[in-house]
Amino acid sequence: MESYTLKINGRDHNVQASGNALLLWVIREQLGLTGTKYGCGISQCGACTIHLDGMPARACSLTVESVSKGQEIVTIEGLSENGDHPVQRSWIKEQVPQCGYCQSGQIMQAVALLRQNPSPTRDEIKAYMNGNLCRCGTYMRIVQAIEDASESVKNS
Amino acid sequence: MKKENTTIPGINRRDFLKSSSGAALFIGVSGLLPTFIACKSDREKRQAIESQRLTVWVELAEDGQITIYNPAAEMGQGSMTSLPAIFAEEMDADWAKVRVEFSPQESEIYGSEGWSNNAKIMLSAGSRVTKGYYPIMRMAGAQARHILLASASAKWEVHISGLRTENGYVYADELNKKISYGELVPDLSIPETLPRDPEILYKDPSQYRLIGKDVARIEIPQKVDGTALFTMDIPMVEPVYAVLERGRVHGARPTLKNEKEIADLPGVLMTVEMDHGVGVLASGLEEALAAKKALDIEWGDSPASGFNSQDAYAQYAKVLGGPEKGRTITSIGDVNSALRRAARVYRADFMNDYVYHAQMEPLNAIVRVSEDLESAEVWVGSQQGFDSKLGVPQALGIPPEKVTIHLQYLGGGFGRRSMTDFVTECALLAKEVPGKAVKLMWTREDDLRYGAYRPISLQRLEAATDRSGKITAFSHYIVGDGGNLVASGIKNDHYNIPNQYAEWREVTHGIRLKHWRAVGHGPNKFAIEAMLDDIAFDLKKDPVDLRRELMANSPKALATLEEAVRISNWSAPRKEGRGKGVAFLERSGTLSTGVCEISVDRNSGKIKVHHFWSAHDAGIVIQPDNVKAQIEGGILMGIGSVLTERITIVDGEVQQSNFNDYHILRMEDIPDSVETSLIASDGSPQGVGESGTPLVACAIANAFLNLTGKRLRHMPFTPERVLSVLRP
Repeated sequence: MESYTLKINGRDHNVQASGNALLLWVIREQLGLTGTKYGCGISQCGACTIHLDGMPARACSLTVESVSKGQEIVTIEGLSENGDHPVQRSWIKEQVPQCGYCQSGQIMQAVALLRQNPSPTRDEIKAYMNGNLCRCGTYMRIVQAIEDASESVKNS
Repeated sequence: MKKENTTIPGINRRDFLKSSSGAALFIGVSGLLPTFIACKSDREKRQAIESQRLTVWVELAEDGQITIYNPAAEMGQGSMTSLPAIFAEEMDADWAKVRVEFSPQESEIYGSEGWSNNAKIMLSAGSRVTKGYYPIMRMAGAQARHILLASASAKWEVHISGLRTENGYVYADELNKKISYGELVPDLSIPETLPRDPEILYKDPSQYRLIGKDVARIEIPQKVDGTALFTMDIPMVEPVYAVLERGRVHGARPTLKNEKEIADLPGVLMTVEMDHGVGVLASGLEEALAAKKALDIEWGDSPASGFNSQDAYAQYAKVLGGPEKGRTITSIGDVNSALRRAARVYRADFMNDYVYHAQMEPLNAIVRVSEDLESAEVWVGSQQGFDSKLGVPQALGIPPEKVTIHLQYLGGGFGRRSMTDFVTECALLAKEVPGKAVKLMWTREDDLRYGAYRPISLQRLEAATDRSGKITAFSHYIVGDGGNLVASGIKNDHYNIPNQYAEWREVTHGIRLKHWRAVGHGPNKFAIEAMLDDIAFDLKKDPVDLRRELMANSPKALATLEEAVRISNWSAPRKEGRGKGVAFLERSGTLSTGVCEISVDRNSGKIKVHHFWSAHDAGIVIQPDNVKAQIEGGILMGIGSVLTERITIVDGEVQQSNFNDYHILRMEDIPDSVETSLIASDGSPQGVGESGTPLVACAIANAFLNLTGKRLRHMPFTPERVLSVLRP
């Protein structure tokens, strides 16, 4: 066990973990940030998507050691004060989630997309979101919500 | 127990109301309230109040807050909103003041007869939740409203007929008075009798403010800000983590060869040998997972040993050709004589590989067994079951009343979570460390490999037409494992075919099987609807016209067909390189017609679904947008399952392991549009959660025939299979 400092949602967290401990388990089990989900453990489903220095990353495949060098980590809990990020608002407006399990990851991925490309085409949306699985089949509404959020970001 | 009127003997009802945690209105289900009220001593009454808390559908607080108890699981189907909306509608409550909580898992109180007329069951499966609870929630909500009216009537000394309710208020228009439901709480009194007559109690549907409107799903904000807790998210003080290594061959028994070595690994508390696997209990999840990897297990034989799934179809064909009869499912008229007299006879075989549920949240559960081993608490996302205590009492050898189930959100169900294997596993492991909360996690690999799949099957269909092209006989044999898992959906109740026969022949392989969204309807409707298009193709008939003739006596079915034809612009000329296919089916009472438009990449063999239109008669629709979401989602899940998903078994071992080799639908393969039309109906609500999925295989296969003149007979329609059909 070693001590690491993780910068998550604008705060420093000291955690005790072995160097190859995975970020996903540390933020969920030690820090109680359970909005980030376990879905596959091999970066195939995107349920554990977080932001690492603003870029989407899969927490299931990052060691604690590799993200303890001052990188800014943002989880769904740190995305907005009151769950009111424009993307979250569009998600509610379009009534996207069904079971909801994949949605934190979907939203984190979508936020990163709009940050890089505020007006994505439908094909760009599909390509960027392709690594985030949803078994309930909410993809049509995810696309609509991203398009809606893109409009509101542009108009704000 | 009286059915008509719930008579309540005179007691001090104010006392009742005060003693039950401040001021609250409890509406028990029929027959239970009197039991409570009849208590003699204070002590008895207190106990009864405690138990009475378990009978409530609603609590009303003085500040106007209304808590409605939801008896169903919430796995994304939205009934956590729609059932309380039905209740609130008849209560005439202000929806803005409604909170929803899961009811306790007590089926005698919260069960529905939607599964069986003589038994109350809590089970969210088969698309039966809304259908089963609609009458219950309506009655309970209407009785709550009656109590409010009767209480206002007593308070203002005015006859109940001079009162009305609106959105959380009682009005006495002649007295020019109004009072909110919350303000009425101190004056609540339970009437001597509670009417049960729908004519008296129920609102005129034209007055509905919630049913048939779109109320936003109540739990969506939590699912968007990350605060929705699934079982594995629940904070527990110093939990013990449990994982289990199960056999690559279903049902194989383990012998652990390195118990001592594992026990010495960091964090490991113990290993537990079970019939079907070896459990590891550890102080941390990563320690548990590391120990699981280090297990050295020798596996025994099981009924699945040596099984090869791709060889099964040849075996099934032998069973079909053999003399042994199976179970007859349908027998109408005389199929054999109609086949003999036929102008034409059509024959075709259809097959489908195993599919896996792939719900996004891998199975997990938390169980704490008391230190005296006499009671247990369970936290779990479950579709519940015929046994509302989910097998835990039997696993632990304790009475059902000693088991408390705390139902949690499900990260997907699709039938997998109506099986309780993961719950009883967790209970048995928790028994080893009494007093500790044990958190059992299945890895994705565990979830996939020790899945319980939709069975493979071989279906042989034969149909006869007469000289005029009318279908006179339809014969359907199915060979497969799992009883109703393969037989559901084999009936053609809405097609006017005078001679029909269906039979199921069983073969077992020792592979774990379970209901998978829409169960046998997926494969069976694929076979039936593809057969119809074969006939239409051969007779050069429009597949829609063929179905119109068959549906002549089923106007509601026909209405869905006509609506799907309309919204899909069926009769317009096909676009270059595109084909359209149609399919009809009934599932859980809902009638559905789907149309899809596809193209095929003739080099790669990849099918692309461009549009999917569907029309449904689902009876009264509580939440139209949510119903559409269910159908859209079901269609998307169907597209993945039909085009790419397959579990294969070689020498008894499941060949896939995770989402890298089990391919569910991804964003890049979604259609350009999915359009859903709901036909207005005043029939009772029917099930919708499984209506979209089984439309997909048949609609795609029929569109493929329309586009290429070739037939797809084996699900999934992988590029290799498509190419083999295109370039024989």
